[in-house]
Amino acid sequence: MSRSIRLFTFAAPSRFYALSGFLLPLLWLSAIGFAVAGLYIGFFVAPTDATQGDAYRIIFVHVPAAWMSMILYLVMAGWAVFGWAANARLASMVARALAPTGAMFTFLALWTGAVWGKPTWGTWWVWDARLTSELILLFLYLGFMALVESIDDVRRADHAGALLALVGAINVPIIYFSVKWWNTLHQGATISMTAAPKMAATMLQAMLLMTVAFWAYSFAVVFMRTRAIILERERQAQWVKDLVAKEAK
Amino acid sequence: MNWGSVSEFLAMGGYGLYVWSSYAVVLALMVAEPLLARHRFRKALEQAGDVIENEKDD
Repeated sequence: MSRSIRLFTFAAPSRFYALSGFLLPLLWLSAIGFAVAGLYIGFFVAPTDATQGDAYRIIFVHVPAAWMSMILYLVMAGWAVFGWAANARLASMVARALAPTGAMFTFLALWTGAVWGKPTWGTWWVWDARLTSELILLFLYLGFMALVESIDDVRRADHAGALLALVGAINVPIIYFSVKWWNTLHQGATISMTAAPKMAATMLQAMLLMTVAFWAYSFAVVFMRTRAIILERERQAQWVKDLVAKEAK
Repeated sequence: MNWGSVSEFLAMGGYGLYVWSSYAVVLALMVAEPLLARHRFRKALEQAGDVIENEKDD
């Protein structure tokens, strides 16, 4: 019994390593393909906005980046907690690999939002609920990364990170609903489950294509980083030695 | 087609600086991050190779 469990947990990172290596080229290709399609529609097909002029075209990166920043946090917290509760090493590694990508998208959402806010609101920044809670999300990502790097015992670090990620997850619904719960300068949700989109069909298409591109990008870069973390942690394992020996030939 | 000329496209109806600076930062970070991840991967692969080398020496 204990033997089969050990075999299973041992096999998981090696199997993931092989599968992700196979998927990486496909993911990069689809990220680039969807981005090209989304940018083409966003810049050449979607019309100029009646009230915001062409400044609104920042939306094609701003909204997908903001979505990714929130989704990746929940995915990171989910894997971190699973890795802790089920003692699954690979899940904890994936959680660590997700954090820099999530932080990058959070920064991009804040940055493009500021650059969009200047011409449309007349200010780079306001301390309204949406902007402030998104800034806190950036600090949560950075805090998670700093915490897990500061503890030498990797599994203890994974557990501490999982606790931080779990507690911080409360911030994600706060970000999402902030435009409903409080009076914010930030506009309401562009896409909602219950109402028709409040934008032209071509604008929506461009935004969704960019979102798919960002998803593919996230999978690709997180897979790359997870593979690096696997090699860093399992370099004593026989399968890594076999792999390196095979590559050296 | 929204634009009559390349300069019109670059001007973005007067918002060119805002639009293009957003896209420039997005592009820069989304190129830099995979490069950093690749660098980390290659370093990890190299160090995994060193483990084998050290064992040979022992």
